[in-house]
Amino acid sequence: MPLAPAITDLEQLKDRPILADLLTWRDGAVQKARFDRNELTIFVAREAIREACARLKSQGLIDFLSDLTCADFYPREPRFEVAYHLLSIKRKERVRLKVVLSGDDAVMESITPVWPSANFFEREIFDLFGIRFLGHPYLRRIMLPEDWEGYPLRKDYPVEGYR
Amino acid sequence: MGHLNPNPVLDPTEDKTMVLNMGPQHPSTHGVLRLLLEIDGETIVRMMPDIGFLHTGIEKTCEAKFYQQVVPLTDRIDYLCPMVNNLCYVMAVEKLLGLEIPPRAQWMRVMLAELQRISSHLVWLGTHAMDIGAMSVFLYCFREREDLLRIYEMVSGQRMMTSYFRIGGLALDPPLGFFEKVKKFLDIFPEKVDEYENLLTGNRIFIDRLKGVAQISAEDSLAIGLTGPSLRASGVDFDIRRDMPYCGYENFKFKVPVQKDGDVWSRYLCRVAELRESREIAKQALEGMPSGPTKAEAPKVVLPDREKMKTQMEALIYHFKIVTEGFTVPAGEVYHAIESPRGEMGYYIVSDGTAKPMRVHMRSPSYANLQALPQMCEGRLIADVVAAIGSIDIVLGEIDR
Repeated sequence: MPLAPAITDLEQLKDRPILADLLTWRDGAVQKARFDRNELTIFVAREAIREACARLKSQGLIDFLSDLTCADFYPREPRFEVAYHLLSIKRKERVRLKVVLSGDDAVMESITPVWPSANFFEREIFDLFGIRFLGHPYLRRIMLPEDWEGYPLRKDYPVEGYR
Repeated sequence: MGHLNPNPVLDPTEDKTMVLNMGPQHPSTHGVLRLLLEIDGETIVRMMPDIGFLHTGIEKTCEAKFYQQVVPLTDRIDYLCPMVNNLCYVMAVEKLLGLEIPPRAQWMRVMLAELQRISSHLVWLGTHAMDIGAMSVFLYCFREREDLLRIYEMVSGQRMMTSYFRIGGLALDPPLGFFEKVKKFLDIFPEKVDEYENLLTGNRIFIDRLKGVAQISAEDSLAIGLTGPSLRASGVDFDIRRDMPYCGYENFKFKVPVQKDGDVWSRYLCRVAELRESREIAKQALEGMPSGPTKAEAPKVVLPDREKMKTQMEALIYHFKIVTEGFTVPAGEVYHAIESPRGEMGYYIVSDGTAKPMRVHMRSPSYANLQALPQMCEGRLIADVVAAIGSIDIVLGEIDR
């Protein structure tokens, strides 16, 4: 089964309810979208992410935060892509929101006011990638000791660690 | 930024409260979980889980391995159901590659995943009952688990770290006599569940310790990220196997046990009912087991059979190339989620087009489920904490990764 090419044209993806709702909600909130391997990814502006999540929740389009994680595309800049995997239990549909962050300004809003479950996930990202979440109730290292130096899941951190 | 909390981890808020440290070495925390409890007498005012004692950086290690070398690492995340982790990872990579899996491999995967669910639930049942004080159930559960471990050993050569599911199918065709052994286990298993239920479900002491304890409502459990049997015990009727089927689950008929109360007792009833349902699914898979190959037709990804390697030049070349330099995966990203015994197990894999994954993230159900623990326990007694930890069925290997 050969892979179908990814669709990145917003016009073609407009009939998907979540994307359609975010497009009509606010200008500039959706930067781009991609439909690849049966998964929809929506790139959301950094300033809009918390309100976008709150909007999707209040509209009843999404009711569950499955996962929240990050990937480092070093040495590309902006290097970080924070991925929100959202699930609609009612409509049995998943969607991925993404926020792109640059290395020297890795700060964004926390979505813990919308979904308290983001608490541990955001702490993990802070711990391993060094991204700061504003408005997080308790942003401290979770996996590593408090006095650990560096952020191990960044690509410029060696796999063997510093010795 | 100045937003880092400068205070120590947990400070008493009032004069009359004190902070009690529970764990990381405590028999009822099921591993190395440390809990900080602020208590007023015997009542818990605040609770804070402290984790990370088992952190081994598996996600970082994955980035330095070939795709096929990651499979044994996934066993070690959730050591009570390694095949379910294998399944989630290999399905995510197969989705990245666009690989089709032959039906026999899918049926085998479903059957073994359900047997793993049974053995994982048996460990949960045994340890949960032991935490409450019913020692004998533990021995009964481990008796049946031993039978299952022998089945895994027969099929994969390993009792626990099986790595039996590979990208593109299975490691080997099951050996002779394997299906008879599975059938024998499935035939006797319902009686055994009756036996556990005789010991526990009608037991006054057990009921008193569990009923009404550590309750959580449906809205709260969705907000805090509970999944799996713990979510279904709060009345949310959602099971990924039924509602977003993967690996051929749409071909099986099974019920999804749901309870309303959201207390420890409901979670107990849900899991015990799942023991019976998993046996049903495994039985259907065994009876309808199709014949045919157990590996996909993809010579660049799947290792060739030993026989072919000895007779065909191409097979030998592909084998050499896969082992020495891996196989490339088209660039892209996938998130694949399956229903593990504990809840939603998800793998997020980013590929940059090379033979090693750029990022592997495991969404482990225990990690999210643990967040619900403070909400369940605050305002209740210390003795209830033990029941609550048992009821969310956490595995610390999966939490710390």
